[in-house]
Amino acid sequence: MAGVAVSTTINGDAVEYLCQPDETLLEVLRDRLGLTGAKEGCGTGDCGACSVIVDGRLVCSCLVLGAEAEGRKVETIEGMAHGDQLHPLQQKFLEHAALQCGICTPGFLIAAKDLLAKNPSPTEEEIRFGLAGNLCRCTGYDKIVRAVQDAAEVMKGA
Amino acid sequence: MRYIRPLSIEDAVGELAKAVGPAAILAGGSDLLVRMKGGFIEPELIVDIKRIGGLSDVTETADGFRIGAAVPCAVLGENKALKQAWPGVVEAANLIGSKQVQGRCTITGNLCNASPAADSVPALVAAGAKAVVVGTSGKRTIAVESVPTGPGRTSLAKGEIVEAILLDKRPEHAGDAYLRFIPRTEMDIAVVSAGVNLTLDDHGAIKTARVALGASAPTVLLVEEAGQVLVGSKLDEATLERLAKICSGACRPIDDKRGTIEFRRKVAGVLAQRAAAIAYKRAGGK
Repeated sequence: MAGVAVSTTINGDAVEYLCQPDETLLEVLRDRLGLTGAKEGCGTGDCGACSVIVDGRLVCSCLVLGAEAEGRKVETIEGMAHGDQLHPLQQKFLEHAALQCGICTPGFLIAAKDLLAKNPSPTEEEIRFGLAGNLCRCTGYDKIVRAVQDAAEVMKGA
Repeated sequence: MRYIRPLSIEDAVGELAKAVGPAAILAGGSDLLVRMKGGFIEPELIVDIKRIGGLSDVTETADGFRIGAAVPCAVLGENKALKQAWPGVVEAANLIGSKQVQGRCTITGNLCNASPAADSVPALVAAGAKAVVVGTSGKRTIAVESVPTGPGRTSLAKGEIVEAILLDKRPEHAGDAYLRFIPRTEMDIAVVSAGVNLTLDDHGAIKTARVALGASAPTVLLVEEAGQVLVGSKLDEATLERLAKICSGACRPIDDKRGTIEFRRKVAGVLAQRAAAIAYKRAGGK
């Protein structure tokens, strides 16, 4: 198979890579670029562990081809904190202990960031529906929902 | 395998028509990539249609709406005019998968994937939506219900692409609705579903009606008799009873892990009644 040359932007940085035509964006991020924050849970778009934002749209990177990122803007969990300064969602996930094993956490953080960008004051129900595409097998979700509610308050005040 | 990103529909159609091995059209990829990963399809050519002009746009025309084949369902939910004119179509499209899947999946893909349980398709069939099909020999506009011919099969010829879905402009007193049954609240595949589209006269009596059922036959069903029974009524109890009976009778469902034949028949009737009531209210009926 001939490789595909891709020029894209990831977390604000211009990035170029070669990938196979059937390689997913998730595989490119993890295996070619060393951005291992996005996780492969199911590989079929059901669990949300590989969530990234492409041109302002929340997507599962396992359901995007690496070749499709040409000319797009990709945001991953690695771009969420500014240096040592955690994003309010990251801070609140820590404070509320909204994680145990942590595999789902990058996906939840990205999905929650997208949710709050579109709806800064979501109700609990809106948070639960908004994050229904992210599966967590440890927390029972309550702590995650509370962390997102708390982060929303902080971000509104900022 | 080759991945190409043509800039014109003619190039896309040309590449698909001359492809030697299996070829696949890529818009949102939420079905295609899963099928590739599962080994159900090994395309030698993938034609990404997202860079073709106009295919990523929703446009309001003199005749109604034109929804490009590459428009993600999330965009439909953000389009106020479309949501106001066709709330049933938009709510059906927005039931597909998660927020992540919404950012990618398209109603054209939902149609061409030809699942009997596709959420947006009963709503589109009830709405009388049309598909604009482009092939090497030109363009044709067909009713959406003539696209799927069975699970995973369509009437599209080799090289043909559905480039857009068309929805009519709405007259006064019109409403549509879509309901599905799933055992959870989100992120599931319809066990049975129903789409209803109504227009009313000035006195609130139903003037035209289309009823479609999902997950109850090898393809989404347009139940013409169910539409006819509604015409002239104001959705009284007796009419609703007849509607349910016709819909239950029209079903040709299967028994599977998600539901039994008996259950699907019963629920098809119930959902048609409830969707009709919502569509009637949306049309301004009391």
